[in-house]
Amino acid sequence: MKLAALQREIARVVMTPLSPADRMRRTAPTGKSQTAVAKRIIKPNARLTSFERLEIYNRQYWFRVLDALADDFPGLRAILGDRKFDALARSYLTDCPSRSFTMRNIGSQLESWLRKNQKYAAGRLELALDMIRLEWAEIETFDSASEPPVTAAALAGADPAKLRLRLQPYIRLLDLHYPVDDLLLALKQDAPADIASNAMEERQKRKKVSAAARLKPSLVYLTIHRIDNTVYFRRLEKEEFAILSALQNGRTLERAVIAGFAGSKLPTQGRASHVAAWFENWSSMDWFVL
Amino acid sequence: MPANRFNHFTSYGVGIGLRIPHYDHILTRKPTCDWFEIISENFMIDGGRPLQVLDQILERYKVVQHGVSMYFGSAEKLNREHLRRLKTLVRRTKTPWLSDHLCWGSVDGRYTHDLLPMPYTFEAARITAQKVREVRDYLEVPIVVENVSSYAEFHVSEMTEWEFLNEVVERADCGILLDVNNIYVSSQNHSFDPAVYVNSVPAERVAQIHIAGHSKYRKYILDTHDHPVIDPVWKLYDRAIQRVGHTATLLEWDDRIPSFDEVHDEAQKANKYLASASLAAAV
Repeated sequence: MKLAALQREIARVVMTPLSPADRMRRTAPTGKSQTAVAKRIIKPNARLTSFERLEIYNRQYWFRVLDALADDFPGLRAILGDRKFDALARSYLTDCPSRSFTMRNIGSQLESWLRKNQKYAAGRLELALDMIRLEWAEIETFDSASEPPVTAAALAGADPAKLRLRLQPYIRLLDLHYPVDDLLLALKQDAPADIASNAMEERQKRKKVSAAARLKPSLVYLTIHRIDNTVYFRRLEKEEFAILSALQNGRTLERAVIAGFAGSKLPTQGRASHVAAWFENWSSMDWFVL
Repeated sequence: MPANRFNHFTSYGVGIGLRIPHYDHILTRKPTCDWFEIISENFMIDGGRPLQVLDQILERYKVVQHGVSMYFGSAEKLNREHLRRLKTLVRRTKTPWLSDHLCWGSVDGRYTHDLLPMPYTFEAARITAQKVREVRDYLEVPIVVENVSSYAEFHVSEMTEWEFLNEVVERADCGILLDVNNIYVSSQNHSFDPAVYVNSVPAERVAQIHIAGHSKYRKYILDTHDHPVIDPVWKLYDRAIQRVGHTATLLEWDDRIPSFDEVHDEAQKANKYLASASLAAAV
């Protein structure tokens, strides 16, 4: 058997979903006998059959990728509960196995996948999508590039009609339907370094799930950013969000500010001072690059 | 060998794997440690705290890169994005050599994130060696391949694992990262004499040695890197050092990670064997 064919066959078995009892399936969902594949490819030994030896890799694969996804999306897990999150994770990872050399990207397709597989959101689609967007943004903000921030001297005399300020590559802007930032921060604060007992752990879990269930819709404009390489969430006014989004999309400074106040209810006479204060604040956090 | 072309003629001592739970201790206490091994993939990123920590470590310590997803043994082509990012990191760390595993783990662009065992065939050796050469030529740094622990063997294999290792490194003209814990784990899972493996490796190609702990189950042993090194593995290490001399040695501890001092103390036990090897060489 050629190397490529052998590896394709083993990978197919290794990545086949486990049975409900977390064992290797005797028959794959395609109807192919995995027992026969194992027997044909893997040598048995005195203690383990061919099937059992291949099963070690099948189980390790699933435990590894499921753990990685659960680590990356604790907020989504709290919203869905352990059982429904597990069902979602297994289905997602079956449809979207990792295509990156790093496990960091394992959840990169989760938002688009859930939009097509809404039954896994347990009736809370918008809330689940908000949390996925926030948790993925946090991952991206954590290790994305930063560039030297723009200085006041570099901007002296710049024409707002021509000036295009960019945002730091690590900044993410999210418009959310639920205050999932509060929920995620609460979950992180609640996450104990060492839990005294299983009962305590169960109480913590129930607390998280009930907090998620109580979450009411409200529009939130959020930036996920870094200060000294620590990730922070910062809520924005609707107008702030619109200006920053426009800048991120390549609009000139002038057009971004105009876009920011489209449909705004802020009194016209106070807008200039708002803009000045916002820019001072954003600049103090080194958000702009040229 | 103490210093050879596969470890860029360096003479590193005993190091440990750089792991997140130890960052604060290392950065604030600045403990003595001969060198750190980093998992390349954790730092093949564009920015943020991991690279900030790495730069601080590089200011004070010697660092060697160790990869987990190059998959020299995969039949598919090398991932160019992976290589490009790896080269950026190599320039940052100036690693004297770069290691990854003699295994496969990806098919048709899908990654298992596992170190899957090779079928020990001449075709596999040829493909693997070709990829090792490609990586070396692209990265312009000595490449060292590590033997993995395994739980399965293939009907198609045409040679033993150590014969396969030798076939690959001779064809690729690369170095060996000899993991004596992996040899022990595989020897128990496949019922061979681990000393035969150690005695069969070309000593002149050994650039580095790994030691680690593992977990024993009823029917097999799993390479978990979550325990101290057991005596039979130290004995294998002793034998390896007798053969290859005072070689850069690294303790891996990846799960249930204890304090820095505990990990470092465990690694330092290797010095007893290294000292006796140096003494023997001097006599």
